[in-house]
Amino acid sequence: MLDAAILGAVLASIVAAATTLLLAALGELVAERAGTLNLSVEGMMIIGAAVGYAAAYGTGSLIVGTLAAVLAGTLLSLVFAGLAIWLAANQVAAGLATTILGLGLAGLIGAPFVGTTLEAAPALNIPYLSDLPLIGRVVFGQDAFAYASFVLLALVAYTLSRTRIGLVLRAVGESHVAAHALGHPVRKIRTLAVMFGGACAGLAGAQLSLAYTPFWASDMTAGRGWIALALVVFSAWKPLWLLAGAYLFGAVSILQLHVQGFGLGIPSQVLSALPYLATIAALVAISALKRGQGAPASLGVPFVPDR
Amino acid sequence: MALRIERQENVPLIGLIAAPVVALVFTLIVGAVMFVALGQDPLRAFGIYFIDPLLDPWTLQELVVKACPLMLIGIGLAFCYRANRWNIGAEGQYVAGAVFGSWLALATNGTDAGPWVLPAMLVLGVIGGALWGLIPAFLRVRFGSSEILTSLMLVYVAQLGLDYLVRGPWKDPQGFNFPQSVTFDDVAIMPLLMEEGRMHAGILIALVVVAGATFVLGRTLVGFSIELGGSAPRAAAFAGFDERRVTYGVFAVSGGLAGLAGIVEVAGTIGQIQPSISPGYGFTAIIAAMLGRLHPVGILISSLVLALTYIGGEAAQITMRMPFDVTRVFQGTLLIAILAADVLVRYRIRRVEGTSHA
Repeated sequence: MLDAAILGAVLASIVAAATTLLLAALGELVAERAGTLNLSVEGMMIIGAAVGYAAAYGTGSLIVGTLAAVLAGTLLSLVFAGLAIWLAANQVAAGLATTILGLGLAGLIGAPFVGTTLEAAPALNIPYLSDLPLIGRVVFGQDAFAYASFVLLALVAYTLSRTRIGLVLRAVGESHVAAHALGHPVRKIRTLAVMFGGACAGLAGAQLSLAYTPFWASDMTAGRGWIALALVVFSAWKPLWLLAGAYLFGAVSILQLHVQGFGLGIPSQVLSALPYLATIAALVAISALKRGQGAPASLGVPFVPDR
Repeated sequence: MALRIERQENVPLIGLIAAPVVALVFTLIVGAVMFVALGQDPLRAFGIYFIDPLLDPWTLQELVVKACPLMLIGIGLAFCYRANRWNIGAEGQYVAGAVFGSWLALATNGTDAGPWVLPAMLVLGVIGGALWGLIPAFLRVRFGSSEILTSLMLVYVAQLGLDYLVRGPWKDPQGFNFPQSVTFDDVAIMPLLMEEGRMHAGILIALVVVAGATFVLGRTLVGFSIELGGSAPRAAAFAGFDERRVTYGVFAVSGGLAGLAGIVEVAGTIGQIQPSISPGYGFTAIIAAMLGRLHPVGILISSLVLALTYIGGEAAQITMRMPFDVTRVFQGTLLIAILAADVLVRYRIRRVEGTSHA
């Protein structure tokens, strides 16, 4: 029943599903390594999806749409940064507030586009490599978003572990008091990290509405932003583990769709619940194994200088 | 020159009351900008959205109907948030309560069961919501998993479970294949308080909960241990309060009240169980709790304010063809404004000359 073409298509859709999660989680990882728990990933993602779709539909350019999505995600992240970093409001509440605002704004922006469709972002085949059997299409025949996620992952992993900027960012996340004493502008660094997170979430939203499912629906993120947050915990705040986690969850969410297609007599809702149940299971497994100790020490603690 | 935030030790009472009012005004200003951006006359929009509903007796009843679940859920959340436990999944506990209670309504449907059915449904609703809320509490106590994320994931699981029931085993055979249950018997429906309109006895339950929670939180040792555990966990431990018991307790209370809200809504306003039983009450109640300063009476007031955004949103949808998301923008802006206003009350912002680190 499973021939190579079907297997290839399944694997390619797993890459697409994983790309959304990887992009959003990567941005959040950077924000959290700087010590800021930004719970508005879902909101920044959906506003990216809405603005990206509207801009692409209006201009006919996927590139303009993508840039607009990144900008929208970044702007919304500034709302969170203003509240949580500069006014030192509770980070959980600030993140929720930003998500609710993002969901509402995205609904308003997207309303005129309900029922329309776009030409999805094309696959960019890498010459020769994409002609390899099976693996060629899956790895080298993806759209620009998948490639961007790999490049961003490498960039983040390298920057965090090998550069001075990464060292300062981690120091701010581990001990904002010490970093402040050394003269590092804690709140500016955190704001930049949160903005990077917003840009990545916006990009993830654009991937959703311009490539993965090229239409607009008001509930199209369906909790992916929250799963991305859980993935950051799952990865113990390490970029390479994030890659593994995103692909694992991408696989779970795609495979449940295909199992539904076979009609095994399992209610479709049970299968649809699998990604969420898997997220809970992963969170529990990680906490039980004490891997959660990789959390930055001052994560979630607001910094108020000269208190 | 830089801005510096300093904590004020004694916050004057007037400030605590003024902050939500300032936040409301700010939200209205943002709303005016939004209406203009949507090409609407802001004054007319405000009239339809916020004033007209208050002048019509029918919509006044609707206001109470919509405020009722927000009050119940919001007060439960206040228990959690005072203890510094972040239950974000009230929407799922609401659904679980509705499902548990509806089971009895459907099991007794058409059997001439006595008037015990409705009270038993309410009890089942509380149990269902509490059980659903105890899952993240257990995972947190036993494994240290983030209750923020687990309670949220359980929202999706609960909604899918509800979806399965109303499209599968609970579907009305005579319902023309619509995904909804049979209409509940009269003994399974909340009594109406007035001849006309939809205001049902749920609001009386909510008022009892407001009074009870005000007493428990303000006057009892339980309330004190919740507060202390949230603000000074080490001191609470020294005082002999068991952190795990507090976690289970506040999640059971907030889940139970959310579940109660769910069954009250199904048995009171809807009269049957269907795929969508909430316009996001579980999330809006988070705002109700914050805006009401985690105080039951405050939450009573803020629930009415937030219910107005639902009613106004529906009116604007019908008369001005505006998307319902206007309501969510208002609610999000209101929460942002209240968080910012809180800082301005509790802290003084001063300009500092010559400081380089911002």
